[in-house]
Amino acid sequence: MFDKEKLARISESKKKWEENELTKALNRAPEQKEEFKSGSGSIVNRLYTPEDIADIDYEKEIGFPGQYPYLRGYQPTMYRGRTWTMRMYAGFATAEESNERYKYLVDQGSTGLSVAFDLPTQIGYDSDHALAQGEVGKVGVAIDSLKDMEILFDGIPLDKVSTSMTINAPAAVLLAMYIAVAEKQGVSTDKLRGTIQNDILKEYIARGTYIFPTEPSMRLITNIFEYCSKEVPKWNTISISGYHIREAGSTAAQEVGFTLADGIAYVEAAVEAGLDVDTFAPRLSFFFNSHNDLFEEVAKFRAARRLWAKIMKERFRAKNEKSMMLKFHTQTAGCTLTAQQPDNNIIRVAMQALAAVLGGTQSLHTNSRDEALALPTEDSVTIALRTQQIIANETGVTNTVDPLAGSYYIEAKTKEIEEKAMEYITKIDQLGGAARAIDLGYIQKEISDSAYQYQMEIESLDRIVVGVNKYQVEEEAPKGLLRVDPLVAQMQKKKINEVKECRNNEAVAEKLQLLKKACQGTENVMPFILDAVKEYATLGEICGVMREVFGEYEQAVLL
Amino acid sequence: MKRPIRVLVAKPGLDGHDRGAKVIARALRDAGMEVIYTGLRQTPEQIVATAVQEDVDVIGLSLLSGAHNYLFPKVAELLKEQGVDDLLVIGGGVIPNEDIQGLKDAGIAEIFTPGTPTREMIDYIKNNLKR
Repeated sequence: MFDKEKLARISESKKKWEENELTKALNRAPEQKEEFKSGSGSIVNRLYTPEDIADIDYEKEIGFPGQYPYLRGYQPTMYRGRTWTMRMYAGFATAEESNERYKYLVDQGSTGLSVAFDLPTQIGYDSDHALAQGEVGKVGVAIDSLKDMEILFDGIPLDKVSTSMTINAPAAVLLAMYIAVAEKQGVSTDKLRGTIQNDILKEYIARGTYIFPTEPSMRLITNIFEYCSKEVPKWNTISISGYHIREAGSTAAQEVGFTLADGIAYVEAAVEAGLDVDTFAPRLSFFFNSHNDLFEEVAKFRAARRLWAKIMKERFRAKNEKSMMLKFHTQTAGCTLTAQQPDNNIIRVAMQALAAVLGGTQSLHTNSRDEALALPTEDSVTIALRTQQIIANETGVTNTVDPLAGSYYIEAKTKEIEEKAMEYITKIDQLGGAARAIDLGYIQKEISDSAYQYQMEIESLDRIVVGVNKYQVEEEAPKGLLRVDPLVAQMQKKKINEVKECRNNEAVAEKLQLLKKACQGTENVMPFILDAVKEYATLGEICGVMREVFGEYEQAVLL
Repeated sequence: MKRPIRVLVAKPGLDGHDRGAKVIARALRDAGMEVIYTGLRQTPEQIVATAVQEDVDVIGLSLLSGAHNYLFPKVAELLKEQGVDDLLVIGGGVIPNEDIQGLKDAGIAEIFTPGTPTREMIDYIKNNLKR
């Protein structure tokens, strides 16, 4: 970015500075550590100068927002045009209780909904299944049939909100339920806006709510891509997630590398299924973590944007600009929350949220202070939402697009993360792609190595966690944590029984039979799932049919 | 010569968070113990069967989904039913303080909450083996 002569002069002055001022300072007082490392453990230099970004071509590598390679943002005006969507992940107990929380969040200025489902729902079991015992309504809302979904969105006009659903293996079923609720509200499907997570590969890698083996899972995903491109055109059909990969312990560069490798696998699967890349790629979205190291995280988001643009253009020959734009949701890092002195988490979340905004996120969930202890209370959620509102309205960071661009450190770091991520992608390509690399346990092993190292650094005090290994205090157990009523399971069972009594059981059996045939064949299963859902077939029944045909995934257990 | 301590690190229920379980499994292994990790989605019945079959001295249960009040006591209960009384059962995860006493009463010897150094757990196991 600088002419050679000028760069030579800067280089010369830097040497002199090192010999004089720096040496004197170091003689007077040495630095606190031999080596300074980022949150992800990469070496951070004392100082970054024009030399560090000398080989970056502004026009090719940085450019302008809304322009390839989208480093500076996917859109030209960014937050000057529209603030990010403040989307708080919520859901617990029954559809009734979660519906109340959603209405509260919308009243408080939340601009998008984000549904958390309980584990039985995420794994395709009804609340009355033996394996659901103890889990019903615990980490999210229990949804057994369309009936629950109707209650969940009661009084919430689906043409007015955008809804994100954290659902993966049974994503097709929950999306079908959402579509059916919209129809009942008189909202046409082309008005529906939202996202399903629908990212099975990271479930195998890090999150664990898989059901079916890789191949049928990939088919379900491409079926959804195809169906939505025609019927629900404004829906984000997948949220390719680095969040959980990072939560499982990866570094920033691994988060980008593994997530984009998953993205490549989905694009390849869809292209192989005969879809044109530009019909579905504009609806791909991403989901990243925002961890503690502020600058590293900002660089990470930017690196992901540039690298994805290059992959889509060069590897997949996408022509539609929208296919190249990486849009993403961010959640602050749950794994950085401490059970000790939980109010400190408010500060952590604020800085992580700031990193996401400086990195150009499209939507944001801020964690609540009490989440290392339990699901958040309403008070805690409100503080977390206010944190976003303060960043948006008071700090001024939204006034200009990509404010940290051009920082010697940020640009050098962005490039470094992009290069490291690309190395992982190349390695995964050599192994035969993301799905194969997961089967081999490569990705999981890389992540657990990083996680182990991180923990050992905490224990050796190389990494300080305030309140945990430094500045500890004796404290009383926190009070007033949110508890999920154990009666929830019984209430859900009662609702299932009522639904099964009231519905047309013959029609249900027929629709399930048709679905089974579709699963055995090569048709798009989405319309068959929708038909079954509308007859109030339960989630467990629908997933049961698919389990029969597809079988179940078996996890590679290794340490 | 005394054989090394054998530990089963287990993930009961449907919870998929296994970062903690894996870190602990490795830390125990590095401390010289023999560690078996079950992988995800184990029923209490499967966990007890594996523990008996593998002849372990310790079961470490890890759960972050909030289902601990059902699943942890269930493991202890099944052990009792099978007449196994010399196994040390410990647990960890996102577990509110007010649940800990109830879990101890149900037969879980100790609960380790987030932020516990692995060293502390290793020492606890060494000092509290039942056989």
